[in-house]
Amino acid sequence: MAERIRRMPARFVSSPVRKKDYRALVTGQPVYTMDLAPDDCLIVKLLRSPHAFARIRSVDTARAAAVPGIACVLTHRDVPENRFTNAGQTYPEPSPYDRRILDEWARYVGDPVAIVAGETEQAVDRALGLIRVDYEVLEPVLDAGRALDHPVLVHPEDNWSQLVPFFAGDNRRNLCASVTASEGDVEAVLARCDHVVEAVYQTQACQQVMMEPFCAYSYLDTFGRLTLVASTQIPFHVRRIVAGALGLPRSRVRVVKPRIGGGFGAKQTAVCEVYPAAVTLKTGRKARILFSRAECMTASSPRHPMRMTVRMGATNDGVIRAIDLHTLSDTGAYGEHGPTTVGLSGHKTLSMYPRIEGWRFAFDVVYTNKMASGAYRGYGATQGFFAIESAVDELAHRLGMDPMALREQNMIRPGEAPKSYDGTPIDSCGIADCLRHVKAAIHWDELYPRRVLPDGRIRAVGCAIAMQGSGIAKLDTASARLTLNDDGSYTLMIGATDMGTGCDTILAQMAADALQTDVENIAVHGVDTDVSPYDKGSYASSTTYVTGNAVLIAADELEQKILNMAAAHLKCDVAGLSLSETAVLYADGSEAVSLAFIGNLAVAGSSDALTAEGRFTSPVSPPPFMAGAAEIELDPLTGAVRVVNYAAAVDCGTVINPNLARVQTEGGLMQAIGMTLYEQVVYNGRGRLKTGDLMQYKIPSRQDCPSLQVAFFSAYEDTGPFGAKSVGELVIDTPAPAIANAIDHACGARLRTLPILPEAVLRETGVLGGAAAEKGEQNR
Amino acid sequence: MKIEFQLNGRPFSRDVRPDAMLMTVLREAGCASVKCGCETTNCGLCTVFVDDRPMLSCAYPAPRAQGKTVVTLEGLQDIAADFGAFLADQGADQCGFCNPGFVMNVIAMQRAFHLAAGSPLPSDDEIRGFLAGNLCRCTGYAGQTRAIRRYLTERVGCVETADGAGAADGAAGETADAVEAVGSAEATDPAALQETTDAAGAAEATDAAGEVARG
Repeated sequence: MAERIRRMPARFVSSPVRKKDYRALVTGQPVYTMDLAPDDCLIVKLLRSPHAFARIRSVDTARAAAVPGIACVLTHRDVPENRFTNAGQTYPEPSPYDRRILDEWARYVGDPVAIVAGETEQAVDRALGLIRVDYEVLEPVLDAGRALDHPVLVHPEDNWSQLVPFFAGDNRRNLCASVTASEGDVEAVLARCDHVVEAVYQTQACQQVMMEPFCAYSYLDTFGRLTLVASTQIPFHVRRIVAGALGLPRSRVRVVKPRIGGGFGAKQTAVCEVYPAAVTLKTGRKARILFSRAECMTASSPRHPMRMTVRMGATNDGVIRAIDLHTLSDTGAYGEHGPTTVGLSGHKTLSMYPRIEGWRFAFDVVYTNKMASGAYRGYGATQGFFAIESAVDELAHRLGMDPMALREQNMIRPGEAPKSYDGTPIDSCGIADCLRHVKAAIHWDELYPRRVLPDGRIRAVGCAIAMQGSGIAKLDTASARLTLNDDGSYTLMIGATDMGTGCDTILAQMAADALQTDVENIAVHGVDTDVSPYDKGSYASSTTYVTGNAVLIAADELEQKILNMAAAHLKCDVAGLSLSETAVLYADGSEAVSLAFIGNLAVAGSSDALTAEGRFTSPVSPPPFMAGAAEIELDPLTGAVRVVNYAAAVDCGTVINPNLARVQTEGGLMQAIGMTLYEQVVYNGRGRLKTGDLMQYKIPSRQDCPSLQVAFFSAYEDTGPFGAKSVGELVIDTPAPAIANAIDHACGARLRTLPILPEAVLRETGVLGGAAAEKGEQNR
Repeated sequence: MKIEFQLNGRPFSRDVRPDAMLMTVLREAGCASVKCGCETTNCGLCTVFVDDRPMLSCAYPAPRAQGKTVVTLEGLQDIAADFGAFLADQGADQCGFCNPGFVMNVIAMQRAFHLAAGSPLPSDDEIRGFLAGNLCRCTGYAGQTRAIRRYLTERVGCVETADGAGAADGAAGETADAVEAVGSAEATDPAALQETTDAAGAAEATDAAGEVARG
């Protein structure tokens, strides 16, 4: 039955339906967390460590607590001893339990030392300035390259733990995770290759910069239960994390997710929720926290900076035979998502080249005294593709091949099982169509490798390919509950979190087609852990695929229940009945009974509810694929690089909503262009972040926006809802390597560290003026 | 101190701290559309009109509004809904957090450029230049530009100029000679560009591509 639903002709699926919540969003209605927070909330702020590493000898809060209007001042002495992780992952979390609400150790500049709550912002600010902390300032570990087995331990505590032994973390070594996997004898295969490139690539701790800062508010409800309203991607995980941190049973915590002003993975970590919760428990009062943008930039959950050492070998005829990748990932002061992001740097990237005979992927994830890293769209794959797809280009030049052709020759084909993935052959694979499309769209054959414009500026093209997953196989679980109301309309309850992406809408599109009704006839509810069915939350590109399948299962079951009730009422055989928008139909298409009648029947003298809950977890994580090609303009006088044109082709399976998928793609491309060319992360020698606001950390403006050409090539995924896979993360993976490759083609400068700023280009070319072009000429 | 000004067409008075910024006062007055995204005047989310000029209310001391006329998106609901539908038709409403400040400046642009029925459609560069102070992290901006173009042509009645200046976001930012140098059919053929920016066209392309991939 589910199979039938997935394949039937679609009315709303693949159509550009407006987002169901659009009216509120475009007219500025009060629908976000801070718009909903009651006026009488206590204002909660955090005193943060000015030192990268320090032990707190004592905290004197007397004068702060005496400030008029101050309700409470909490330090590490006032909170439970137990450690936990803020990572929004399914239990048992791979991320180590290395964090307390407040600790006697301050592990980075910005680590919370005290929580202050008061009636007004002015009182709280005054109190923050009156807290006296006696710090024993320690030498910090700031260099990830020297962190492993460093004499200074970031986590010297005895109660550090990691629930998943596979990741082999050891706080006595500053090690959050360390794993090696391989197949074949990579050294032997490399030795037999005609050409081997070896290079090191580095990425930075880029910030998601969702427009809505981290925020939450809390209160005790009628029953004395803690309610948290939070801007989060992971309501059910937040319930577990906060309950665990505060020592409450989960039945005493409720988490509500209103509209979210963007997440991009930042809100897959419970960055701020526990602080107002602790205040509410302590005082019994409503409490709210709103991070400043500076706090969002300096004490949050950015991308894991990674240092990737690649060796890649090929024969003279362009067969890539071996890849050896070591990734050193810097998880910062805490291990949120540390053990898992790093895996994608190898698992996704090596999978693009499944015919290699030998491969090895090893990683170390280390602690340092910097802001903890977290989940950011792409989740490690983005870093890995910068390395691997840059290396493929370097190899192509060594071979004297067109890098597009080298990819065409070696990349995954339908039916092949990727290396270092889950072993399942991938039938749904449109990468060949995608690459062919971007090659034409960017006019590769005419423009490769470069042209010098009359004014001396250089135009060049570069490309890259990528894949991601669709949810976490065998682990992540999603549910959906559909109810036929007594007037024939439907209500769809989901635990997946729309953060602006439009999942409330696309899941309703699926339900509408599955139930043969209008998408307007389906009401969707945001997430409330008291009433929504369980869902791990929206991350790992899972909502369309995993939650979408749960919706179809629920719709399938509900349809049967409706037809059964109709058959019982009509005293006829259920086999001939079918569903329409307004009625149950006989086999000849005539109306048997209206849906409103059946809906009413279910609430009047019936013991059968017309409600169905579907739950889904997937044995596989079908990869969506993408090809991207950049045309850049490089000014050899200044080193400035501008993306002129970006051609992207995406195989996300069936496109459920073409508008939303396209905007996802365009948004991901721009974020990636920012990461590649503008967004710089600089720490000073004492571990203080110098790029901690939007004045210093430059995300792209609309004047940086190139022509973005987006096309979809949908390889139908048999296990996906209506053939869909995923799109959210994939789209951030190709620009960094494509742009770096284009820069190499433009001027012969191979930039292996992000971001690629003008000074880096000039430094690499070693020259000013037109000489850069000449160097490029020599290198070709 | 007590300040008085016109807020969305009604007299408004409030006791405020002398260092209060207009944004805080407006939010406390129930104007939830006024958002704060950065505190450093980079993001444009807090844009309101003071005496008809767009201002960043996070950096506008509330006492300066004394006697002036202040308008937030709460006072422009009709035009917000009208333009917002075009935004939604591109899927470019997204998370919505930057929408109010963005919509305020789109309205400001319409006024500043004196756009009315028959006006030439501004180029994409002009649009981007006017709105450069409004950051958005979801859309990559392209969908917003498409929405503005559709709104200006279909609702306001702007006319695309014959020379095709700013014919589409695809060509914008290119100098004329650069476009020539690229020699791109799409970049020089407005009709072709219209095709690629058309949502329905994209859907059709998707379907066709899907058929190819399935076949």
